[in-house]
Amino acid sequence: MSPERSAYFRGLRASLPFTVVAIPFGMLFGVVSTEAGLHVWETMVFTIAVFAGASQFAAIQTMQENAPVVIVLLTALAVNLRMLMYSVALAPHFGTTPLWLRAVMSYFLVDQTFATTIVEVEKNPHLTQAEKVAFFFGTVTPIVPAWFAAALAGAIVGRAVPPEWALDFALPITFLGMVAPMLRSLPHVAAAATGIALSLALAWMPFGTGLLVAATVAMAVGALLDAWRESRQ
Amino acid sequence: MIDRTTLYIVIPVLALGTYLIRFSFLGTLGNRPLPAWLTRALKFTAVAILPALVAPGVFWPAATGGQTDPARLTAAVVTLAVGVLTKNTLTAILAGAAALYGMIAIV
Repeated sequence: MSPERSAYFRGLRASLPFTVVAIPFGMLFGVVSTEAGLHVWETMVFTIAVFAGASQFAAIQTMQENAPVVIVLLTALAVNLRMLMYSVALAPHFGTTPLWLRAVMSYFLVDQTFATTIVEVEKNPHLTQAEKVAFFFGTVTPIVPAWFAAALAGAIVGRAVPPEWALDFALPITFLGMVAPMLRSLPHVAAAATGIALSLALAWMPFGTGLLVAATVAMAVGALLDAWRESRQ
Repeated sequence: MIDRTTLYIVIPVLALGTYLIRFSFLGTLGNRPLPAWLTRALKFTAVAILPALVAPGVFWPAATGGQTDPARLTAAVVTLAVGVLTKNTLTAILAGAAALYGMIAIV
């Protein structure tokens, strides 16, 4: 097997566990989106065009609250800002990769493909550029079709879900489940607590603008505490 | 019901904006590092936004007309606790769902 081929399969294997997690999450998006009144085709256009689960959920939730377009976009884009870090972190590893290929990779740059690829390239600095690209597309291969198919399945069964299933609460549980494992340091806990407290205190502000204030202050609290902790070490 | 005009603006703009965020450095191979304060703040985007986004719905769910609901509140606490302890998203979500349905069945 050529080194590229073997890198491709290593990437594929590395992202399989994440794919298993993406399936219920994708289905949930399909269901929530259908519950919010989107047609199956609208859910699929949304999913394929944006391809960023957490921000899709955030957009659906703020649109359901009848927030203006600008607020919906600011909230959803803020959720995706973390990907700026991913783009920064991967850039030095793909310096000689053709632009068109990097443009394609950008579309597929999600939490799971980033996390697996950055670990691989940092662990194996001797990898060639072609092997790194092959590994990246290996991680993409199982997760992308799984995410799209899961969203489609969720959108199709969505209308059949009765209200007793309390699906209104699927989203809070999902977001809390995503965030809880990240609460691994004091600054992370403080940021989350600040965000929650301010979002409750500012819930009276119109159209979810309280959330934007809460999230901005929460990020600042996390960053300041983080800087303070580092300066003491 | 979601307003269609809003939806049809949000989908393309969010898609383009998200793509540009991903393409930013990888696409241009910007070798300028981000300012340190920004890198630091970006680490906290998820923990700052996601719980804040759902907090009002946890305490005042629309499904119960804004009345605090013991089942939903318990489910949220269980999800967070299990997620912190196991560091596993899927386990946390399943535990939260079990708590929600358990409480709904009891109450």
